Amino acid sequence: MKKLRENPLLLSAVIAIVALVASFWLLANPRSTLPFLLTLGALLAALLQPIPKWLKILIGGAILLLVIPAAGFKNSFLFELGIQTGIYAAMALGLNVVVGLAGLLDLGYAAFFAVGAYTWAIFGSPQANEFMPWKIFPLPGEYFYLFMLIAVVVAAITGVVIGSPALRLKGDYLAIVTLGLGEVVRVLANNLDQPINITNGPQGITPIQRPPIDWFIALLEKFGLQLSRAEAYPLFFYLLVLVIIGIVTLVNIRLDRSRFGRAWIAIREDETAARAMGIPLFPTKLLAFATGASFSGAMGALFAAKQLYVSPESFTLIQSIMILVMVILGGMGSIPGAILGAATVTILNVDLLKSASDYLNNLRNAGFTLDLGFFKYNFANLPNQLEPAKYERMVFGLIMILMMIYRPEGIIPERRHVLEMKKEEA
Amino acid sequence: MLEILIQLLPSVLLEGLILGFVYAMIALGYTMVYGVLELINFAHSEIFMAGAVAGAETFILLKGAIANPFLLLALALLIGGTVAAVVAILVERLAYRPLRKRGTTNRLVPLITAIGVSFFLQDLVRLIEGLWHNAFYRRYPSFAVFEATYNLPNWIGVLVIALTVWVGFWVLAYFGDWLLRRFAKRAPAKGRTLSWVAAGLTLVFLVLYRHVVFTDLGMTIQMKSILVIVVSLAMLYGLNWLVHKTKLGIAIRAVAQDAQTASLMGIDPDVIVSRTFLIGGFLGGVAGVLFGLLYTLVHPYVGFIPGIKAFTAAVLGGIGNITGAAVGGLVLGMLEMLGGTYLTFLTNGAMGTEYKDILAFMILIFILLFRPQGIIGQQLGEKV
Repeated sequence: MKKLRENPLLLSAVIAIVALVASFWLLANPRSTLPFLLTLGALLAALLQPIPKWLKILIGGAILLLVIPAAGFKNSFLFELGIQTGIYAAMALGLNVVVGLAGLLDLGYAAFFAVGAYTWAIFGSPQANEFMPWKIFPLPGEYFYLFMLIAVVVAAITGVVIGSPALRLKGDYLAIVTLGLGEVVRVLANNLDQPINITNGPQGITPIQRPPIDWFIALLEKFGLQLSRAEAYPLFFYLLVLVIIGIVTLVNIRLDRSRFGRAWIAIREDETAARAMGIPLFPTKLLAFATGASFSGAMGALFAAKQLYVSPESFTLIQSIMILVMVILGGMGSIPGAILGAATVTILNVDLLKSASDYLNNLRNAGFTLDLGFFKYNFANLPNQLEPAKYERMVFGLIMILMMIYRPEGIIPERRHVLEMKKEEA
Repeated sequence: MLEILIQLLPSVLLEGLILGFVYAMIALGYTMVYGVLELINFAHSEIFMAGAVAGAETFILLKGAIANPFLLLALALLIGGTVAAVVAILVERLAYRPLRKRGTTNRLVPLITAIGVSFFLQDLVRLIEGLWHNAFYRRYPSFAVFEATYNLPNWIGVLVIALTVWVGFWVLAYFGDWLLRRFAKRAPAKGRTLSWVAAGLTLVFLVLYRHVVFTDLGMTIQMKSILVIVVSLAMLYGLNWLVHKTKLGIAIRAVAQDAQTASLMGIDPDVIVSRTFLIGGFLGGVAGVLFGLLYTLVHPYVGFIPGIKAFTAAVLGGIGNITGAAVGGLVLGMLEMLGGTYLTFLTNGAMGTEYKDILAFMILIFILLFRPQGIIGQQLGEKV
């Protein structure tokens, strides 16, 4: 392993070959999980290992733009997985600004996601007719892009509104207050169908307009791809998400290295010292909060358009915790870490746990008998409460506990963080 | 309209008081751990839930064997408390102690661990219950003795109304005085003057509304509510005795004040922390059984909302302070019941009961911003 690291040529060759093999395997078996994971592993290795930049771009571009879409046409679940991963990765990057850089534990992050989702859902569906005097809703799909920007602004404003009282508090109290305010947003979404029907309460809002893609289908036809609308939408959203992830990552990197980024890190490390250096504490924290919120708001609008349906169910505490787990798993403050964490948790949650459930269900329905000689078990007796997909809380909880005990700096630690987390208390 | 609101007042406050006792007992667990470790033990709501579920199992399993409901309840309380205490000790040993031993300067690490433990325990209980019964909702059986309703004499209701109105007028008078002080630059009035003004206004109120106040207010109380009050009072009194009069209590207070110095005096902080979790967990478990007795349905996710409320209560009273936790619990319980009932009533059902949860969060934020030391404050009671 060490030898491999010291020889960049060999390393590049190994990664390229693995990527190639994995890609062909995935294209041959688009429905099985293992080649998909291997392909992602190759992608990750290409991006993180010290290999030439052109090779990184080549492997990354080939896998993201060719292999996964090509496999996705045979198994549309891959698109779903990719879109969800992208949405969560963008949110994890947003939360990374709040938790990772500024060190403010926000347990109500899904609230901003909800605000963004409802911003487009209400005006992109007939819902707005309920309380608006002019009956022009739903707005046509072209407005989606405008509303993504509006969602960013609205979410940032919500961030300021929630942050203004909450950010005057420290550490533990901040966590519990943001948790409470996050619940407040969900309760409001659940109850604002009376006296004026704004959110349509627990039934949720549907159908929501999607951005029009006729130009996209026409564009694909020029490349010789004939796609129906239903086939083109997943590809369109997948590519849109990729673009957004690119923008968000770029913004994140720039922020990290900006004056604000350094100010946030200074506050995280030592508030008193940061203040002594002339950093205004409250406005800087508020800026971090609003920045994080705006990322989440944009993804909320996208989520509403993709899903065609929003309801308060989608914005519970478990969502906030899931995004937090992504940030923790990858490493607080680390940008590649946040993306890796988002990918891991999404795949775990959407794919692996569900596959495990299906697997157990199949065994149960088939009445399969495990016979090890000394141990005999008929799977027909398996209690049907045993469904891994329903135990996401246990999985998330376990990840949080184990990471905090054994590797608090995360899988891909940020350099500055390693020193701090491991330091003995004086 | 106002007549109905006044007549409802005693019953609503009594309900709130009963709920408040449950909150107070959970709040003690938060406050004791916070006092010793300065850690918000997020998992305490799940320790409470474990007690509630264990109590339900005890009731269901032993219902056929033991005929006397009171004996059954005593057993359920004991088992629920013990199970919760064991869970609390295990959580401390397996999740929190490794962090303490390693030592970290990052305040987020223990907090994130606590949240993780909380989520883990929810699904762990669900898994156990699911494998055992193939369902994870458990119902407390009902007993005619516990459900029996007793009428309360009318003068209690009148007294409650008079006291509430007096408190209301006192707050108004205080606010008026504050306005005068702030804008008319008047010297502050004496507390006694404010009290007398409020008392006078209350008398006027009682005379004006005598046809409402001095009628049949129909206050009733159920046997199980009486049991809740009796058990919680006993527990609160017992805890107070334990912390102030026993050697263990002195050791706990010593560790809370300064763990390093305490260890120089021959106290092992780890043992004391473990005991603190034991006591807090036991109280949480007992509160869980009482909660189940009151509201019948329990499940692995039942702890979340009462947990947050109890934490609010602990902060409201002044976190780290035992009397504060009790006072905070009672005040929050009553405020919540008042808010929940009157909001729905005044808006004709437009603002549902879910808004009362918002009320609790608003109180929490308000207290943290304007009086972070809580009602009782740290200057009066010592940290535990």
